[in-house]
Amino acid sequence: MAKKKPTFETPELGEYYEVPEVTEGTMAHLSPFVAQPVHNTDLNFPGELVDDWHGKALEKLDDLRTRYRSLQVYLDSCVKCGACTDKCHYYLGTKDPKNMPVGRQDLLRKVYRRYFTFAGMFFPKLVGAADLTRETLDEWYSYYHQCSQCRRCSVFCPYGIDTAEISMAAREILDSIGYGQKYCNEIIAKLNKVGNNLGLPGPALADTLEGLEEDVFDETGVEVKYPLDQKGADILLVTPSADFFAEPHVDGLIGYGKVFHEAGLSWTISSYASEAANFGMFIGSYENMRRVSLRIRKAAMDLGVKRVVFGECGHAWRVAYAFLNTLAGPFDFLDPDYPVPQHIMEFTWDQIEKGNLNFDKSANDEMTLTFHDSCNVARATRMGSKPGGQMEIPRNVIKAVCNNYADMHYDTIGEKTFCCGGGGGLLTDDLMEIRVKGALPRMTALRNVMEEEGVTHIAAICAICKSQFTKVLPYYGMDMDQIVSIHQLVSNAIIMTGQNTDDVETK
Amino acid sequence: MAIEVEGKSFETDEEGYLLNLNDWIPGIADAMAKEDDLDLSEEHWEIINFLREYYEEYQIAPAVRVLTKAVGKRMGKDKGNSKYLYSLFPYGPGKQACRFAGLPKPTGCI
Repeated sequence: MAKKKPTFETPELGEYYEVPEVTEGTMAHLSPFVAQPVHNTDLNFPGELVDDWHGKALEKLDDLRTRYRSLQVYLDSCVKCGACTDKCHYYLGTKDPKNMPVGRQDLLRKVYRRYFTFAGMFFPKLVGAADLTRETLDEWYSYYHQCSQCRRCSVFCPYGIDTAEISMAAREILDSIGYGQKYCNEIIAKLNKVGNNLGLPGPALADTLEGLEEDVFDETGVEVKYPLDQKGADILLVTPSADFFAEPHVDGLIGYGKVFHEAGLSWTISSYASEAANFGMFIGSYENMRRVSLRIRKAAMDLGVKRVVFGECGHAWRVAYAFLNTLAGPFDFLDPDYPVPQHIMEFTWDQIEKGNLNFDKSANDEMTLTFHDSCNVARATRMGSKPGGQMEIPRNVIKAVCNNYADMHYDTIGEKTFCCGGGGGLLTDDLMEIRVKGALPRMTALRNVMEEEGVTHIAAICAICKSQFTKVLPYYGMDMDQIVSIHQLVSNAIIMTGQNTDDVETK
Repeated sequence: MAIEVEGKSFETDEEGYLLNLNDWIPGIADAMAKEDDLDLSEEHWEIINFLREYYEEYQIAPAVRVLTKAVGKRMGKDKGNSKYLYSLFPYGPGKQACRFAGLPKPTGCI
């Protein structure tokens, strides 16, 4: 069995994250567990590596490059300018050149060139083209699972090449020949069966939510409801199932409930669509992404809600914001006066602007906050009606409920934000080494703002970021409790109508 | 993979989680704890037993808050928190204690 003691060294935090000298093959040993046949077939992939994998893989690559024009452009247009080389957190943390965005892209590009370009077919050595071999396949499996699809590199690429899309395509090719990743595929299979990534059945959800109602009542004296499958509610809340299960996620869920309560709107969670995260995106599978999304549509129709609001979940918001309407639309049965879908941050900020919420900001005075922009929210979506709203609105909400706030270095936030290190299907123990090493740039920026501005806590709006920080902070000598949900801060500070204010808990 | 307990072999997955929940016997928890350099005390067993009871009813491990609340009720309010659970199970109450209890590993965005 897997020994629990780390078999790798945690990088040391320096004053800056330095661009390391290239060291070949430092991460060649790391590959995630391979999916069980039963999980692959649940997702309509072959159970195990097929015999004619060579032909099938090339067939799939051909299919994808013709189906997605972007992929073909990305494979063709790299001029090896080098702008991306020092932009990936995984390269900065591991020194492995195959973790440079261009190095990662080239793993697929060399095969594309060999079989689909004139020069590559006849003069392979001149253009860096190479045969597809079993070793190539294993290398794809290893290094395309060391990419969190965070898209930081694409911000700096003069051609806008998006390594995330290349990485998604590679994973789809691997899945199509029966070489899928356990973590992602097992989770999607579980969602298809039970309704959420964790596999929480309806009765367990009901029990958990009932417990939250008791806790909030004991703490505040207000009967805040956390309803499940309530037909005719105004709002369907779709949130990552980690919000029901883990800390600090659940403190955020408590916060959403308090905000809905004070806003005077009825809301509900659906046991059928009790998951916001959509791992179909991680594996580049449009079909699986659609299957997951359709659950949300069905739940919204069955429950007869007027609005759909998404909880704090990074990749979920990308799928929701960018793809939900085309994947599972039209949502013409919802109230057209509200965005479809809406983010909980937009909802709460709107309530704050309207003056509907009362806060005692001093409840958060024990903390000085900074905000970690989650990669997919920052670089692939928007909130509100203005450009940059996805960066501004979460900060506005934090500042509305906290007195002490400072940003991390400007090169590490906003659209240049560094990934937490655990996104894109990497949040699994078998990839702990890359998760810890990839967190180096973010940890450096955090430690600096702690020293310079007295920051004590880091807030995030993504379930993966929250879990990842809980795990990696201790590796860097910090405390797992330093990561908080934004709605946890809202929950601490909100004074609901009729709330006991004598002994407000200021955890 | 497998773990040997009391002369019998029990199948596990790559991460050491028991493949068949019904195979579980208390000796498995002791053997797994030994591999992690832990001795199971009465407090550990309270948690392991609660996990198994909860799983039997709900087919899932309890959420952290459900677990801490139940522990607080059974073992005293000062023990109803994650810190206490981590002091018993340093690799996480969800993951390590679930493994000892023969439950599948909870996975997702956690």
